[in-house]
Amino acid sequence: MSYLEFLGQYGDRILSGTLVTIVLTVLAAVLAVAIAVAAGLMRLSRNALIRGVATVYIEIFRGTSLLVQLYWIFFVLPLFGITLEKFTAGFVAVGMNLGAYGAELVRGAILSVPKGQWEAALALNMSPAKRMYRVILPQAVLIMLPPWGNLLIELLKGTALVSLIAVADLMFQVKQINGTTFLSAQSFGTALIIYYVLARFLLTPFMRWLERFMQRKLGRA
Amino acid sequence: MNAQDLSAFPMALQGDNVPMVSFKNVTKSYGSLVVLDALDLDVAEGEMVTIIGPSGSGKTTVLRMLMTLETINEGVIYVDGEPLTHMPNGNGLVPANRSHLRKMRSKIGMCFQHFNLFPHMTALENCMEGPVHVLGLSKKEARERSEELLALVGMAEKRDQHPSRLSGGQQQRVAIARAMAMRPKVMLFDEVTSALDPEVIGEVTNVIRKLVAEHNLTMLMVTHQMGFAKDISDRVCFFYGGRIEEQGTPDELFGNPRRERTQQFLSAVKEAV
Repeated sequence: MSYLEFLGQYGDRILSGTLVTIVLTVLAAVLAVAIAVAAGLMRLSRNALIRGVATVYIEIFRGTSLLVQLYWIFFVLPLFGITLEKFTAGFVAVGMNLGAYGAELVRGAILSVPKGQWEAALALNMSPAKRMYRVILPQAVLIMLPPWGNLLIELLKGTALVSLIAVADLMFQVKQINGTTFLSAQSFGTALIIYYVLARFLLTPFMRWLERFMQRKLGRA
Repeated sequence: MNAQDLSAFPMALQGDNVPMVSFKNVTKSYGSLVVLDALDLDVAEGEMVTIIGPSGSGKTTVLRMLMTLETINEGVIYVDGEPLTHMPNGNGLVPANRSHLRKMRSKIGMCFQHFNLFPHMTALENCMEGPVHVLGLSKKEARERSEELLALVGMAEKRDQHPSRLSGGQQQRVAIARAMAMRPKVMLFDEVTSALDPEVIGEVTNVIRKLVAEHNLTMLMVTHQMGFAKDISDRVCFFYGGRIEEQGTPDELFGNPRRERTQQFLSAVKEAV
């Protein structure tokens, strides 16, 4: 079977798997960003309890394996009465894991905004919340966008693990195809290329565009 | 920090000549390093007081404490008759809480050595930020107020530029307009010309001269521009080792310094120029 014949025969399944992977990536990314901002801000709180909660969260999700977390969310949580559908369990696990890494990016970016900006905002008598949202965060976003690009590529690749709880993503589909055809090179080779293309020709240009967009918006272009 | 006995300090300053700013026995230290040692300093309403002195003498700390960027260890600071660092509670003073600090801070404006304009906002937006988001003015009112002030500092034409497109002198002028837009009673200038190229210092000092001439503002200024300090100040304080070593009118202090340390400092500064 030529590679073209292979694609002709299994292209549909590969395409549907790719779409699932893209949707998973988008949902997990949204969750990761939300968690990262929340946990990053909590890490900077004056309140030791709030700081502690965020620290424990980050330690757990950064310090243990994503696959184990995925299994916990899908297989163990039902024992405590929380049952998630496998697709939901998949993006929640990936989002929560990468959100923990993202929290440190958010915290670091906020801390790297020059101290003078805090002082100027205080001198204008802005409330702590306004100082953060109007002055510090817009500048922090610009600082943290490049590392977020890296993290989102990690996230995309991390979604491949959800195939292990039978979510029909790209990895799941090519594994199935390989299982029935034993065309390992074609199956996994195609997956390799698709992940690369998604990362290199969709995600990376998107992040570049976002950086330029934010720079223009913040008057730095 | 051990609680100090605050009973000696009045809950408010009353009488005919209440100073706009009053430091009473204010001490600031970091661990064993004493930055300000039992400072007493009054600044009258509308007075322009310049603080000079060698680095590490505590002069910038005076301004930063007034802006509540630094806490104090002992003593009480009063602004406009009311305690700034403390607040009345029952029969005495207790350390100020956040809402008291916010109320008192509205009387004070500050300009910084490195301007600290918000880089993601235009000159006009920088000036409008406080009036809109702190004072609650409408955009229209804030815009009018800001444009007026930008015109005062000669920056009306550059109002839609971001700080990255402005020179240091231009940025500092916008920063002055931004602080003035909050209508403070007291303005603090912390080495506002120190980060500027020599040829643009004049454009900033001219703006400050204008403020002195046209507004009844109380001003405290830390500077290394002795000539400017001499021209513009009502009073000059020479700080040394966290204390006021000598103070007087510009003529007295620059023309006839009595203390040896003042003489040494002034002659050292003269040599540097």
